[in-house]
Amino acid sequence: MVKRWYTLTNYLFILPALLLFLVFGLYPFFKVFQLSLMSWDGISSNMQFVGLANFVEVFTQDKVWWGSVLNAAWITFLALTIQNGIALILALLCANDIKGGHVYRVIFYLPPVLSGIVIGLIWKWIFRYPDGILNVALVHMGLKHLVRDWLADPKTALNAVAAVHMWRGFGWGFVIFLAGLQNIPQQIYEAARVDGANAWQRFWYITVPLMIPVFILVSILTILGSMQIYDIIAATTNGGPGYHTEVPVTRILASMQGAGRFGYACAQGIAFGLILLTVSMLQLWVSNKMKRE
Amino acid sequence: MMSETLFYRLQRFVKLSLSYLILTAVALSCLFPLWWMFVSALKTKISVFKDMSLWPAQQHWENFYYAWTKGGFGQYFLNSLFYTVVVVTAIVLFSSLAAYAFSRLEFPFKNFFYILLIASMMIPIPGAFIALFVLLKMLGLVNTRIGYILPQINMGLPFAIFLLKTFFDKLPRDLEDAARIDGCSRLGIWLHVALPLARPALAVVIIFNTLMVWNEYLLAMLILQDKAKMPLPRGLMVFQGVHLVDYPLLMAGMTITVVPVIIVYLLMQRHIIKGITAGALTGQ
Repeated sequence: MVKRWYTLTNYLFILPALLLFLVFGLYPFFKVFQLSLMSWDGISSNMQFVGLANFVEVFTQDKVWWGSVLNAAWITFLALTIQNGIALILALLCANDIKGGHVYRVIFYLPPVLSGIVIGLIWKWIFRYPDGILNVALVHMGLKHLVRDWLADPKTALNAVAAVHMWRGFGWGFVIFLAGLQNIPQQIYEAARVDGANAWQRFWYITVPLMIPVFILVSILTILGSMQIYDIIAATTNGGPGYHTEVPVTRILASMQGAGRFGYACAQGIAFGLILLTVSMLQLWVSNKMKRE
Repeated sequence: MMSETLFYRLQRFVKLSLSYLILTAVALSCLFPLWWMFVSALKTKISVFKDMSLWPAQQHWENFYYAWTKGGFGQYFLNSLFYTVVVVTAIVLFSSLAAYAFSRLEFPFKNFFYILLIASMMIPIPGAFIALFVLLKMLGLVNTRIGYILPQINMGLPFAIFLLKTFFDKLPRDLEDAARIDGCSRLGIWLHVALPLARPALAVVIIFNTLMVWNEYLLAMLILQDKAKMPLPRGLMVFQGVHLVDYPLLMAGMTITVVPVIIVYLLMQRHIIKGITAGALTGQ
């Protein structure tokens, strides 16, 4: 009896964490599903059950919503290709006996540790029309035809936001790539060199295959991070001009705060969550497969 | 033979110089926007639009004073500091207690609870903040400090528990056994043996969550309307909405926001970079 009581007191160790999780993690999780079936403005006591109507609207009528998903997907695509490409090239340059490689690493990793709001506001200031430093510099370089309101011009707004996002993110990919490269034993390269493999062959037949798990990891985390982009948008365009830089998180907020449609916002959140969950599952599946090999 | 080694040397020289050139160019592109923010904070409301110099002839350091006082950034700064200290301390305490229990103690449904906590890390629910807002409203915690603190503790817990449990699992038990024989209680072992040994993992937990809380914006935007309770990122957005033209003060506020992070980062960069890499790789 005493022994059992003693065992039960072990629960006290996990109690604070569990309590917080039940109230602020698990309850909202189920509440989202419940609310997604309701029509509710978030204030009145009048909550109406509407079945799957919110989901039907999300999937069949809400063009702005799917436009925002496409915008985030475009930013994600650019991050996967350009941002991670730059990160990999820089990591390869640094992995080659570069003196002061450590200094570069410290500098490249600076933007990822800073507030997204501050980064967004800095770039909004740089992109300012017509007196921001970017436009002024373009005039000085004789490229006057390029001067524009980068964040308000429908043609450039999304790519400008994506550029800020990539500026912030590449250092993170760089650090992971560099750690991956430094994990490859040097003897393998030495052996290949002795066998007469040139630099390109060493890269293609040694570096690339050994780095595949790292590539996959970085890609998945890039997708999850880029799809959920919010801070930078909030500080630069807030979704504008028109709907040109709307992303899923800004749309969910607009449904909730702007339109006062809490149920509908939850349905959007679940639809978006399903997209992200698919990516996460893909990650688990791939990394499990890797581990077995 | 001679010319061949010369050729290789030349090739190596060109390759190295090119590498340095590219790396330095990218490094400058990382630093320039931050420098531009800082020098813009030293100009006047008028000169900030005209003076494109990288170091103004006259530096208006008083802008930082005005940002701190008139701009309200002193208040925002203290709020941010308060939230960060409270949330990170709570995460360290609660996660290390739970991780120690999951690793060393026995109780019914242990694995069930562990998997429940960890699964919440894996499942992304971008809509959860709507329900969280509804919950806080129900509890009367909207626009309160505690309403901003509790959800953030919860957000940091799963990863911290996962990291610490993995760390405890790898630790030898000899020291704890010795302490137990000496009559140390479970709580005493956690405090005097487990926590000091877990310092490397705790450092990662602290660094991760400090950055997370200091830079948090979405939740602050949703639930804090009172300027006296706002953290820095939220305060910056409010400031730029109200004082559309006072760029030097805005830039000073932004500098105030990032300087503590940069200082901590430069002091601890080795641990931070190692921690981030370890964090990402354990996520595998």
